[in-house]
Amino acid sequence: MTDASLTETDMPGLGAPEAGFGDYFALLKPRVMTLVVFTAMVGLLVAPVPVHPFIAFVAVLCIAVGGGASGALNMWWDADIDAVMRRTRNRPVPAGRVTAGEALAVGLALSGFAVVLLFLAVGALAAGLLAFTIFFYAVIYTMWLKRSTPQNIVIGGAAGAFPPMIGWAAATGTVSLESVLMFALIFMWTPPHFWALALFVKSDYGDAGVPMLTETHGRRSTRKHILAYTILLLPVALGLGFTSIGGPIYLAVSLVLNLQFLGGGWRLFKRDDADAEADNYAAERRVFKISLGYLFLHFGALLVEAALRPWGGSWQLLSALVGA
Amino acid sequence: MRVEHELHGRRKGRNIGIGLVLVGFVALVFGLTVVKTLSLGSIVELEANDHVLRPQLIPQDDAGATQEGAKP
Repeated sequence: MTDASLTETDMPGLGAPEAGFGDYFALLKPRVMTLVVFTAMVGLLVAPVPVHPFIAFVAVLCIAVGGGASGALNMWWDADIDAVMRRTRNRPVPAGRVTAGEALAVGLALSGFAVVLLFLAVGALAAGLLAFTIFFYAVIYTMWLKRSTPQNIVIGGAAGAFPPMIGWAAATGTVSLESVLMFALIFMWTPPHFWALALFVKSDYGDAGVPMLTETHGRRSTRKHILAYTILLLPVALGLGFTSIGGPIYLAVSLVLNLQFLGGGWRLFKRDDADAEADNYAAERRVFKISLGYLFLHFGALLVEAALRPWGGSWQLLSALVGA
Repeated sequence: MRVEHELHGRRKGRNIGIGLVLVGFVALVFGLTVVKTLSLGSIVELEANDHVLRPQLIPQDDAGATQEGAKP
């Protein structure tokens, strides 16, 4: 008769804390997912083609799950460096609650689910863009560029910039200037947002062998890069206001936010680390805070413009107000 | 005698979570099917989707042309 009893030596993970449902959910990086959901939803809602609410819900869910799946694939591949860094060592894989193989399985299964369901719900273009986004984040960024270039944040930002474009494609079935500019807005915003954080948070990327701009090129160079990106961001953000989804409300919001961000970038450029340490990185913290509101308010303003469309749009409302 | 293994208690949260995800998945596919079906223009489009050849669904002009083309 076979002895079916198991010992700890038969199951290497037996002594480790057991994974709960929340640990598998944590593989999907829920905090990143909130940005994905919001921008994808705006991309879908501002499109000029009405979408059935249930189809819109399924599309946004698929984009969120696809983004989460790429997060799980990232945790599978990066388990070695996550274990080294303080910020990430409590993630489910390095903490030993979920095996790397399970993270891979969750990532692949959810990627397949999200892409196939998005294809069935809205069509091939949106599904193809989602598949490319997952591939880009998991393979191009995580496996290839993250550990090989200090521009990793710039390139990785592209993966986070795709959701509004996918949302737009889900509604219209096309890629157009509006969706490209929404993509460009997030793409250009990511580096200064992240580098402002990198200036005041003591990271241990160096210990993990991940080249970050602050460590490879120095903090002076990082300050220059932040200013350069805030300058480049200005025409992209304002340009979006002159497309079919923009309007005077968006332009006013965008102008204020860009001047704030640009001013912050300039202040960081003029400072050095001695100034920063003297006031405990107050300006760096402020720029990071501005950057958080920056994206949220830009996409929020686009939603307001879309909400005013039944009344002829905000340009028409403005001209009626001026004429009255 | 213990009727239930302690493993079941330990994994209760995980099992309930997976159960809810599966129920959600079924609801999602069902809802999508209902919405897609109701958004079809006519019942003929629905019939055409069941992968069965139905000569009555072939437009008359096309059918005529096919028959003409088949004559020696």
